Amino acid sequence: MSFDAAYEALTDHDDDARWAYGTGFADPLAGVDDTVPDGVDRGELAAYCLMLGDDALIMSHRLQQWVTRAPELEDELALANIALDLLGQARLLLTRAAEVEDAGRDEDALAYLRDAADFRNVRLVERADADFAHLVARLLVFATWRLALLDRLTTSADPVLAAIGAKGVKEVTYHRDYAAQWVVRLGDGTELSHDRMQAAADEVMPLVDELFRPHPTELRLVAAAVAVDPSTLRSEFDAVWGQVLTAATLRTVGAAPGASGHPTAGVPVEEAGVPVEETGVPVEETGVPAATGPLAGSGRDGAHTAALTDILAELQSVARSMPGGVW
Amino acid sequence: MSEDIKHEWPLFEVFVRAKRGLNHVHVGSLRAADHEMALHHARDLYTRRNEGVSIWVVRSDDVAASSPDEKEAFFSPSGDKVYRHPTYYSIPDSVPHI
Repeated sequence: MSFDAAYEALTDHDDDARWAYGTGFADPLAGVDDTVPDGVDRGELAAYCLMLGDDALIMSHRLQQWVTRAPELEDELALANIALDLLGQARLLLTRAAEVEDAGRDEDALAYLRDAADFRNVRLVERADADFAHLVARLLVFATWRLALLDRLTTSADPVLAAIGAKGVKEVTYHRDYAAQWVVRLGDGTELSHDRMQAAADEVMPLVDELFRPHPTELRLVAAAVAVDPSTLRSEFDAVWGQVLTAATLRTVGAAPGASGHPTAGVPVEEAGVPVEETGVPVEETGVPAATGPLAGSGRDGAHTAALTDILAELQSVARSMPGGVW
Repeated sequence: MSEDIKHEWPLFEVFVRAKRGLNHVHVGSLRAADHEMALHHARDLYTRRNEGVSIWVVRSDDVAASSPDEKEAFFSPSGDKVYRHPTYYSIPDSVPHI
């Protein structure tokens, strides 16, 4: 469970001739003070760590589903690397949540033994990707938003969150770059790739507003200088998204979700291709700009699409069928 | 237009400089659509275990290689030129990597 053992085997090998490559691994939380800052509610801090941790955990799982299905071997490994980066962030955040709530659970209990309604991730990370264009559009949205968030988290009053933010910034910078390169390559490619990339960019838009709606827990922790107010990230997101789509010769304002009839090659999971409305994403999210205030019934409150239930059935199956099992 | 689409990406050779290494070392090859993508792929394939601090990629068809047929003429003549090694000098212990 502890990171110490895993890193112990790989750190400080400067005098060890066994490894020609790949030594000098570092524990990202080495030397970080893990006491909860004064005046911060432990329950709220744990809930916030769950939000950011669940975002990473579920996005990582969706990326893992592309392994053995990616269009090229090299991209398969790239996606697996990104999934592993996010899984690492999820582990640090769920470990912090477990430590702060102090209720006898650990990162595994939080990942494997909670039901869908107890997950706090945004709905963007749940969606199945109908094809590779949908994947890179969704990854670009996710990485652009998360990079802006982690960058501000580096100044959090919670030293553990600040360290996790600093580690994550370097990782997610690469994720955003990877996704942006593919969006540009496909958008500014052939007529067919352009149309499919445009459809993918349009269809991810209804999931974007939720990312920037602060939850009451977030706002209370913003007041304590621990959390980031997601509504302050919108302008950076819009600038990056607009810049990439312009370079990709794509329109930034999308058509109505589910309106396109693009083919769905490379469908990774069974529910891919289902129009967005049928996956349970509220249709009210299109049209009138959403209120900037807290929204009842968001993923942050445990209101999820059916897609999350499918993910958890897969993600939790081994842990639930073999309680307490270890390698 | 479809006949313009190349269905197989070109091959690139990858060179990585390790943290404690002195020069870039050939580590393998990969396929990519262009140099920028090749650098991304090289980072993802060949440096994921903390192996490197610098990457070079070169199109494989840009590499000129010596031919096995020329082996005698290329490499044998140096076989008896022992005086080309600096063995007549004493080298201080503090000078590495000669």
